[in-house]
Amino acid sequence: MTPVQISELLKSKFQSDVLYTVEFGGQVSVTVNKANILVIMKFLKASPELDFDYLVDLCGADYMGRKNDRFEVVYNLRSISHNHCIRIKAVVPENDCKIASVVGIWAGADWHERECFDMFGISFAGHPDLRRILMPEDWEGHPLRKDYPLKSDLGEAEWKGYKEVVETAERNKQYEVR
Amino acid sequence: MLKKKELSINMGPQHPATHGVLRLVLDLDGETVVKCTPHVGYLHRGTEKLGENRTYPMALPLTDRLDYVSSMSNNIGYCLAVERLLGIEAPPRAKYIRTIMAELTRIANHIVWIATHALDIGAMTVFLYGMRDREWILDLYEMVCGARLTVTYPRIGGVRCDVDNEFMDSCYKFAEDFPKRVLEYETLIDQNRIWLQRTVGIGVISAKEAVNWGLTGPTLRGSGVAYDVRRAVPYDAYDQVEFDIPVGKNCDVYDRYRCRMEEFRQSVRIIKQCLDKMPEGLVLSPDAPAYDMPLGKPRVMPGHPMGEILPGEEEEPKKEPFDELYSAVEVPKGELGFYFVNDGTAKPYRMHIRAPSFVHASVLPKLSEGSLVADVIANIGTIDIVLGECDR
Repeated sequence: MTPVQISELLKSKFQSDVLYTVEFGGQVSVTVNKANILVIMKFLKASPELDFDYLVDLCGADYMGRKNDRFEVVYNLRSISHNHCIRIKAVVPENDCKIASVVGIWAGADWHERECFDMFGISFAGHPDLRRILMPEDWEGHPLRKDYPLKSDLGEAEWKGYKEVVETAERNKQYEVR
Repeated sequence: MLKKKELSINMGPQHPATHGVLRLVLDLDGETVVKCTPHVGYLHRGTEKLGENRTYPMALPLTDRLDYVSSMSNNIGYCLAVERLLGIEAPPRAKYIRTIMAELTRIANHIVWIATHALDIGAMTVFLYGMRDREWILDLYEMVCGARLTVTYPRIGGVRCDVDNEFMDSCYKFAEDFPKRVLEYETLIDQNRIWLQRTVGIGVISAKEAVNWGLTGPTLRGSGVAYDVRRAVPYDAYDQVEFDIPVGKNCDVYDRYRCRMEEFRQSVRIIKQCLDKMPEGLVLSPDAPAYDMPLGKPRVMPGHPMGEILPGEEEEPKKEPFDELYSAVEVPKGELGFYFVNDGTAKPYRMHIRAPSFVHASVLPKLSEGSLVADVIANIGTIDIVLGECDR
């Protein structure tokens, strides 16, 4: 099936959940409500004419300018047997920053969801082990949010522990080979 | 009374067999792994955040640093994604050159893989043979762009510069010569009793599970699924060359090894066809963007690929919906995908990298739990991960 046909099928099947579809470069993204995400995903995987057995990619995206639906969770799906693909996007508002986990449907979603949680702070309900994955456990903030600074907001100021490092370096100078 | 207790040990982050800075916490019951918890992120450099704050051409060198063993393929994947996003078409000659480069990279990557994998399992000689043969490929890289490891040779809309006859001759000689070298590796380990005992029946994952976990590349094809991005969504010159997709059937470490050995031969086949069919013409599209890249008025780089570097004007982002695109290539390790959201300015609004190593590392507990400690080493080898790509 072509991506447009798949999106039409989704539209007819889940009328109230599909918000809008966008086509670009031969690919179609279907934006849906997060409430029924599990039902939609299960339908996409289980129905034999779609057979989306392979979750290619799962990532978050931050659209800070929007009012109520700041985040998006993007699912890129592919069917290996039918060789077709579709992109599902679920909108996640900032004040209710959680969505159901799809680990039960595609086991490979495990680390993708952990990364999305780490980078955007979107929590996935039902995930077996939702921890930070790329950043250290005690990290504050979520780096890929658009309001997260690229450089340290300390500016010229010294970071915590800087003084101790300099002192140790000074002290160790006596052991240097001259 | 003796008390029975599980032993928890740390493997890595500094461990020669973890191929980088991967840390595994292994809970052991005697020699058996009860639980395996991978910890990644030691090499996280924020490539996605950096990419979102640079123009498209400026973010290209960041992709070299993902999978530093096969930097050429990463560059090609990035350039192809941006080309599809901005509607630029690379000239035919550039496509053939990129296909040759991608296949050379595949050979170089698989050499490093077989070398380190065999070294981990205990066959030292393969490592030395492998490093000897990889040198030739690195020399070929050096011939086209002057760099050996982080090349940044492909450009958005083509490649940086044309290849000369010296390169073509040397490359053809390599393609003629290399199958003999593959035979050498096979003589060393293919029927070796220790090798067979360490690999046959180890790290088994069924075809259905492998797809469900999102495995790609030879790691998936070892389980008998003939999924290859080069065939599923052809790019560059892959629709104009003939090649087979080797698959395994026993889903174990040995079959994945066999798949990669066959891929050596298929890569050589593709390289020869590309050299034979190489068309004449430009190697960089006239639409290729300059570094600062004001998209409103794309500036042509006349002749020289570096172009002029002038301060660009910040463009206003267009109204939603933004253009978005997922584009994948088959890098030696699997499917490398780039997901872009373009808001009409010269910088991507969102850049996401789907790294095969990241997905493959997540399957380690599945492969290792219930097996022996020694098999963890074989499993780390067989999924072929590079932590630079895993952590991004």
